[in-house]
Amino acid sequence: MIAAAPTSRDAAAPDADGLVARRLAGFLATLRGNGFVAGPRESEDAARLIDAGYAAHPALLRSAFKHLFATRKAEWDRFDGLFDAFWLGRRVRSRTAIAGAPPPPGHPSLKTLQRQDELRRGDTMEATDQAPSPDDAPQGRGAGEGRMEGASTADTLTDTDFRKLNDADQVAQAHAAAARLARAMRTRLTRRDIARQRGDRLDLRRTIHASISRGGVPIALKRRQRKEKPLRLVMLLDASGSMSMYTGVFIRFIHGVLDEFREAEAFLFHTRLAHVSDAMKERDPARALDRLAVMAQGAGGGTRIGETLATFNRWHAARVIHARTCVMIVSDGYETGDAGLLGREMAQLARRCRRIVWLNPMMGWQGYAPEAAGIKAALPHIDLYAPAHSLGSLVALEPYLARL
Amino acid sequence: MMNRDEIAERLAATGYIADGELATALSLMQALRRPLLLEGEAGVGKTEVAKALAALHGTELIRLQCYEGLDQSAALYEWNYQRQLLSIQASQRRGSSGELEARIFSEDYLLERPLLAAIRRPVSPVLLIDEIDRADDEFEAFLLELLSDFQVSIPELGTVTATSIPHVVITSNGTRELSDALRRRCLYHYVDYPDVDREARIILARVAGIGASLALQIARMIEQIRKEELRKVPGVAETLDWAAALLGLDVRDLHDQPAAVHDTLMCLLKTREDKARFKPEVTARLLGRVA
Repeated sequence: MIAAAPTSRDAAAPDADGLVARRLAGFLATLRGNGFVAGPRESEDAARLIDAGYAAHPALLRSAFKHLFATRKAEWDRFDGLFDAFWLGRRVRSRTAIAGAPPPPGHPSLKTLQRQDELRRGDTMEATDQAPSPDDAPQGRGAGEGRMEGASTADTLTDTDFRKLNDADQVAQAHAAAARLARAMRTRLTRRDIARQRGDRLDLRRTIHASISRGGVPIALKRRQRKEKPLRLVMLLDASGSMSMYTGVFIRFIHGVLDEFREAEAFLFHTRLAHVSDAMKERDPARALDRLAVMAQGAGGGTRIGETLATFNRWHAARVIHARTCVMIVSDGYETGDAGLLGREMAQLARRCRRIVWLNPMMGWQGYAPEAAGIKAALPHIDLYAPAHSLGSLVALEPYLARL
Repeated sequence: MMNRDEIAERLAATGYIADGELATALSLMQALRRPLLLEGEAGVGKTEVAKALAALHGTELIRLQCYEGLDQSAALYEWNYQRQLLSIQASQRRGSSGELEARIFSEDYLLERPLLAAIRRPVSPVLLIDEIDRADDEFEAFLLELLSDFQVSIPELGTVTATSIPHVVITSNGTRELSDALRRRCLYHYVDYPDVDREARIILARVAGIGASLALQIARMIEQIRKEELRKVPGVAETLDWAAALLGLDVRDLHDQPAAVHDTLMCLLKTREDKARFKPEVTARLLGRVA
């Protein structure tokens, strides 16, 4: 079980060390390419470890580097494969986070992502520079509630189903509007949290401390207030084939909400679940989409919402959900797995979080009724079940979210 | 500097059965002088690592248990206000105020909390910062500063520089995402449930008087139980409780007394749902898989 000790090296080792040291830079680049953070400090420490003789045995070096470079469980699990691929020439099974999902024939969602990505490159400048534009400025004044701020340029789009946007310009406009809407929503939620901090009790310890300078007479009373945790938004976006018409717009919407919002997490799912907050926090939407396109590999198969939620509840919920968390699921509810499991997992999720909002683009269709077994099983646990097929329906959500 | 074989051996001598990777981590802690961040499910023995490390170095273990709202006065230092007040009132009629002030803000009136204590020991202690995910973000940032400088400034007293750099072990249960800055500062080790072999050796090392075959059976049974869908997966501490309970009931072989095995499962199953799931048939089925 325990490999050779670093001290037991033969005479040829210094040469091996030299080789390892020369290839180190390449390995660091590989790590960076795979999302690891390998700064100068880490490089320096890695070099020190090689000097100290850790390179004598591959297993030892791997273990040592793993402790040094991994910073979380996902990286910890991935590291051995990367190390073996680079140093020992073994193939890595899967480069990306979604392991185990068999690649289905064709990647409709992926293609959609990339196509929309190309479209977006054109409007990137415009979209990222929107923040200080006159459209956004008059928040809170004029226009009553001001709920449509930013979306005003897209009036004609408000009620158009995202499916029916086919010309590139319109799509670009819808994306920009979704991003602005998300940004407006975020600022409102955040502002509200600060205003909430009221209610106080006497802080005896600090009062006495302050009284020392007055000879022990408590003149200035110190108070304490309960620290409120800001609302956290956790988004689960269905990226399966049946949702492909909508994925692009919602990814943009989520990107808008996540951007700079401290308390938000996003997950993408189809047959598997992928944690995409890091990719989404990329400032440039085009780059964020680039990273997502890689993570969405394997998308386009059926949707196993129940299994996905089970994974979420088991591995992520404890970390990302607290009592003031709103979980937002964007999905059409076409469950290809076991609807019963979906119901059970929804019940467990509902116990943990404050609200569950389920946005269903299909609800906007005329004559749609929640017939699918999956959505039927989930409905009893949902606090708000709303359509999300157009910008108008997204805007209608905002007052609800602000009340959470 | 100890190499990792030596570390593993000496850990075993203290009663902690480490895997090869953890031994590497501990030797890296020495080589690079970085804190060690341990993550893993509750009950896999993260805290035990720090205790074992203290035993290994033969030094003191200073523990800071984190909780929500933990602040500097509970973690770093605090003035002994009661004594200061008493002193002020006792000396109200005599003495100058300058002398009084110098006195009440001296070392005698300073209450050392774990973090300050850890950097003022003559010999490097092991500093265990337990369940850091329970503390607030602000505290994390403060801790980061302390861990890089190892000095503390107390306004009334001046700057306190570390006399020795402690071995820092930080544990997290992952109820909150830690900051990247803290993660990067530390060596990372993910503590998993032990495999059958290691768990059996842990039982042998920690439960006095237990036989090797029973320990192996228990470890296998635990492995089966962990595979079941439980709300609360039993950790190593629970395993040891169970082993002790079985020993107390004089069970020599799990197959001899299935009823006793089932009755003592309360050592492992800690929620009502889990208990309801584990009917005697389930226990019998799992026992069947244990050779």
